[in-house]
Amino acid sequence: MITEHPHDSHGPDKGLMRWVVTTNHKDIGTLYLWFSFLMFLTGGVMALIIRSELFQPGLQLVQPESFNQMTTMHGLIMVFGAVMPAFVGLANWLIPMMVGAPDMAMPRMNNFSFWILPFAFGLLLSSLFMEGGAPNFGWTFYAPLSTDFGPPSTTFFIFGVHMMGISSIMGSINIIVTILNLRAPGMTLMKMPLFVWTWLITAYLLIAVMPVLAGVVTMMLMDIHFNTAFFSAGGGGDPVLFQHIFWFFGHPEVYIMILPAFGVVSAIIPTFARKRLFGYESMVYATSSIAFLSFIVWAHHMFTVGIPIAGELYFMYATMLIAVPTGVKVFNWVATMWQGSMTFETPMLFAIAFVVLFTIGGLSGLMLSIVPADFQYHDTYFVVAHFHYVLVPGSVFSVMAAVYYWLPKWTGNMYDEALGKTHFWLSFIGINITFFPQHFSGLAGMPRRIPDYALQFADFNMISSCGAFLFGFSQLLFLFIIIKTIRGGEKATEQVWEGAHGLEWTLPSPAPYHTFATPPSDLNDAHG
Amino acid sequence: MLLGGNAAMADWAVNMTQGVTEISRQVYDLHMIIFILCVVIGIVVFGAMMVSMILHRKSRGAVPATFHENTKLEYLWTVIPIVILVVMALPATSTLQDMYDAGESDIDIEVRGIQWKWQYTYLNDDPAKEVRFVSSLSTPRDEIENRATKNEFYLVEVDEPMVIPINKRVRFLITSEDVIHAWWVPAFAVKKDAIPGFIHESWTIVDEPGIYRGQCAELCGKDHGFMPIEVHAVSEEDYEIWLAEKQEAARVVYETIGKEWTFEELMATGETVYQQSCAACHQLNGEGIPPVFPSLKGQGLAVGPIAAHTDIILNGKAGTAMQAFGTQLNPAQLAAVITYERNAWGNNLGDHIQPSRINEILSGGAQ
Repeated sequence: MITEHPHDSHGPDKGLMRWVVTTNHKDIGTLYLWFSFLMFLTGGVMALIIRSELFQPGLQLVQPESFNQMTTMHGLIMVFGAVMPAFVGLANWLIPMMVGAPDMAMPRMNNFSFWILPFAFGLLLSSLFMEGGAPNFGWTFYAPLSTDFGPPSTTFFIFGVHMMGISSIMGSINIIVTILNLRAPGMTLMKMPLFVWTWLITAYLLIAVMPVLAGVVTMMLMDIHFNTAFFSAGGGGDPVLFQHIFWFFGHPEVYIMILPAFGVVSAIIPTFARKRLFGYESMVYATSSIAFLSFIVWAHHMFTVGIPIAGELYFMYATMLIAVPTGVKVFNWVATMWQGSMTFETPMLFAIAFVVLFTIGGLSGLMLSIVPADFQYHDTYFVVAHFHYVLVPGSVFSVMAAVYYWLPKWTGNMYDEALGKTHFWLSFIGINITFFPQHFSGLAGMPRRIPDYALQFADFNMISSCGAFLFGFSQLLFLFIIIKTIRGGEKATEQVWEGAHGLEWTLPSPAPYHTFATPPSDLNDAHG
Repeated sequence: MLLGGNAAMADWAVNMTQGVTEISRQVYDLHMIIFILCVVIGIVVFGAMMVSMILHRKSRGAVPATFHENTKLEYLWTVIPIVILVVMALPATSTLQDMYDAGESDIDIEVRGIQWKWQYTYLNDDPAKEVRFVSSLSTPRDEIENRATKNEFYLVEVDEPMVIPINKRVRFLITSEDVIHAWWVPAFAVKKDAIPGFIHESWTIVDEPGIYRGQCAELCGKDHGFMPIEVHAVSEEDYEIWLAEKQEAARVVYETIGKEWTFEELMATGETVYQQSCAACHQLNGEGIPPVFPSLKGQGLAVGPIAAHTDIILNGKAGTAMQAFGTQLNPAQLAAVITYERNAWGNNLGDHIQPSRINEILSGGAQ
């Protein structure tokens, strides 16, 4: 080995080009996380436009056509631009450090998979300024609304989705190869931290379903521009086929957005309970079962399209089964907390809120699986409340928990605990004020995706809008805390948290630009 | 003639409606069973977390235990949820079977979703007795745009409601003209997607007279939020009276087609029809919302040859939101609205078309 200039003494390039040409997993992780935050704010502004319009009955702020563009873009940006890149960013930062690898397996591809994203979203967002407006058919873009009746910008949306898909697939390949080939010698699969496990499974889900999404948007492209009739009844096609293909992608997609969150929470709870995760192995098996089940339940999004009874029953039973492995996870987290020695720093607060609020979202999901009841819930605000509970205090809270948890390792500085806790409580209160009343307006009969509503829904909508503004503006505090931490603060120790386990905590804080050029040898504590 | 009941609205505050059919009550009971089970599960799980968070905190001097993995416990928390799920699945299965058991119907109504209104056809073996009408939002624009006080049934009121008799099995044959809509009346627990190219079946037997309201439940474009459903359930006698009146009205309309209409008559009727059927897209001032909904003022087909103008109104334009109104409006309404468009907003072409001519075109006459 060359000893005079050890590889890990090379620092980053100088100037802005560092970020353009970087192949360093930490730089790319940072890029992904900032990009995700930018998209989170962009999608958030759209959410606030939606909530402003819905503050009271009547049309005040936006016309219905703009409203539909806002709901569509909000969904697309939050799913593909905010949540997914946030988890890829965490994967980039953490997986090599957690498995004792020097970097991702394919660093140049890593750079490429990130840099596609700004162009993909540039394409998508530019449609807001085009004649005919942005896509306005919901993030689920059901045909024929999106094909025969879509605005001209639909084509830009399709290319945008293609680019996001390429980015995701390349990112997943990179993650799988890194995990399978670059683990430190002696680290067996069952010694990997759960975050690595959940991402391994998520990456396989992505590789399996992103091509399906690419397929369905390509069929749309053909229907729009080349006179095919995949989804047009007039030409012998089938609009319901669109929904089957879309949800064959769409259901695994929702697990893509939650499995890494499970990994994050499974790292944080043991740390602050100062106690090992109760059932590591059963968590691995539960995650795999959820991933498997995600492929065979897609039509539960389509109970009202007129599926024969045998199909309805099958999809109902299969969907209900998901409650079993999900329950195993929740029980494991509770059992980990039980008889621990807990402290409640900001990451722990977000993780506990995750468990509680994700479980509420899971239970409303169980209610939605009951077909006869779903006929009443379907396409109402009850569904909106359900998926926002699993996505916002679910996925998004887990990302925030992760940022607070690993930020000292990334920056070398502790964040301001008092501000962090303030951010937590504002977010926690805001999110519940926003989404809890939506269960009621949904049960009372308010359909989703409407710009104006009957008077009986007025009170709940007003409360919901107030909560949304509280939650939205609290995120500026989050931004402030992050910048403040990057710029300085109390120096973090190597281990940062008293109860933290895992290889990343054996590295100095901040983690040097290159880590584990020599694989670590002590792996006993690798998964905590 | 109809009961002005809004009792169904009263318990709409925070929970699902119990509705007014055997099925809707079953669905409500099912919803409550699952809801209560979920609440119990929530209390147990969150209760354990709360106890742990209070007792097992470092600030109280708690020392972490070292236990982990317990096969018996893990079996237990796998098996108990499975048992709970089976308990939920049994009533759900039987309710679903009841819902799918269509049986012989007394009345068949075709429900057709059209951007952004519903067309109801009371099917009859004798075509002359078939009643067909379009039911669209009747809330005035002034209320929507906050220039007038909103009435009690803001956005859930229509110009012409569906009327059905109580205690009869009514079958809905649900389909769509353009995009996917969903026909939903919560009080009947009926929600079915209206999909172009498909005819889906649903049914109900209502046991209480009243007015039941619902909305389109599938995003169907710009005015998705403005296509409500209003069903009046009445006694069988009242239903027969209503049906006879509708059939008679249809006959009268048919007769008006033959008569010669004056320009003023056409303009007056045309303005009403335009407001109901055209203004949502092309706007009251005819200027539309370009480029999606083109302007009719001083440009395009409305000031071009009358044959082409008539053709697009009757047959729509494929691939756009412009629908085929030939099946939605009667010949008199069609002639009136075409005449109106050619002479309103300063278009002043001065020409007009007679309902009899429209009828000729619709029945296959050469243009």
